[in-house]
Amino acid sequence: MLRKRIIPCLDVADGRVVKGVRFVDLTDEGDPIELASRYVAEGADEICFLDITASHEARGTLLELVHRTAAVLTVPFTVGGGVGSVADMRAVLRAGADKVAVNTAAVRRPRLLVECAAAFGRQCVVLAVDARSDGAGSWEVYTHGGRRATGIDAIDWCAAGAALGAGEILLTSMDRDGTKDGYDIDLLARVRAAVDIPVIASGGAGDADHMVEALVAGGADAVLAASIFHRSEHAISEVKATLASAGLPVRVPSLVVAP
Amino acid sequence: MRIAVIDHGAGNLVSIVAALERLGIDPVVAAAPDALEATDAVILPGVGATGTAMARLNERGLDRALAAWPGPMLGICVGLQLLFDTSDEDGGSCLGVIPGTVRELAGRPLPHMGWNDVHHRGDPLFDGIPSGEPFYFVHSYAPVPEDPAVIIATSAHGGRFTAAVRSGNRIGVQFHPERSGTAGLRLLSNFVRACRQATHAA
Repeated sequence: MLRKRIIPCLDVADGRVVKGVRFVDLTDEGDPIELASRYVAEGADEICFLDITASHEARGTLLELVHRTAAVLTVPFTVGGGVGSVADMRAVLRAGADKVAVNTAAVRRPRLLVECAAAFGRQCVVLAVDARSDGAGSWEVYTHGGRRATGIDAIDWCAAGAALGAGEILLTSMDRDGTKDGYDIDLLARVRAAVDIPVIASGGAGDADHMVEALVAGGADAVLAASIFHRSEHAISEVKATLASAGLPVRVPSLVVAP
Repeated sequence: MRIAVIDHGAGNLVSIVAALERLGIDPVVAAAPDALEATDAVILPGVGATGTAMARLNERGLDRALAAWPGPMLGICVGLQLLFDTSDEDGGSCLGVIPGTVRELAGRPLPHMGWNDVHHRGDPLFDGIPSGEPFYFVHSYAPVPEDPAVIIATSAHGGRFTAAVRSGNRIGVQFHPERSGTAGLRLLSNFVRACRQATHAA
């Protein structure tokens, strides 16, 4: 049975892992390669690496860092941040990423999803969506690292993105990001019902019970978290034990000895 | 031991190259047919769409070179799918070294993405790996071989599908051993070991 994935996320700015609350007040959380290696050793099913300065400072993704990080990993790896064209995506894939997340550039020019899926296959095209609730049952898409409102309905955008060529949705609740209040379950459930590609829940993880909620009530295929793992508040093994006791399929550490 | 990793222009070669380096192999990344003349084994990787990958192979003259290559070959993910006759993904023809076609999976959500059980029948490729061990998949299509005897492992997503095949010394896996932790490294080392034995025997 397909396992529910636990994905530690490394937000990177200027070569360091950082974390904020509701996308601001960034604090230094460590070295990306050190953290990624630790998470793999602890049982992370996948790693996500977002260059959060790339888009608004118009910088390219930190390809060199991606390359060095990818070479030490034995699990898959998604990279996002500042990917604006097929050429950008090719560069990130060739630097060692297994999947590439696009956000601002896809909102600006949705055909980018069509082009990327045609060039590399939809399985490596992740649509990252930053959504903020209007408090009345709708969510609006924000771009540029959460700095710019678009007026676009988040549920509609996820459905359109899936139809255009996205192979996965990385859905971040801006309202919950960094708060540890739990994922936005209503948002997840709405997106789950609107698309038939995998959905990664992001924003708000405070403990393993929040993850169970996102996977069961929210219907997510994977859960992403940053702060609770960086600060070693919750070990990945402990999170997986909670998921398993809730009846969710998780990957336990392999007994196969490395050659 | 010389292993050529075929570059079809689309994918991530870093992860497979890094995995082989961990096993003490220094692979050659090959984008032209002449590289096949001086190698002991070929790995056809990973990320991409079959139509784009085939177009690149054709452009570089690698399609005929690979189809004629007599030595050990390991196709990974799209590389496995390319071994078959045709794919529904782009409707085009593939290398045609194993009879069969590539079809969309029945399960949802699609792509089938993540760690899933691989049930094998004891092929040496899986030495030291229990049947049912999870490997990492990321794909929407899987091959349907004409001859079921080539299927050496299966997984399930809305029904069973082919997770690994062997036809002589041509092997293919639908999952990503280079991204499947210690089990994946073990599988790659089993392939490398068999290639070494074949090289020594020759």
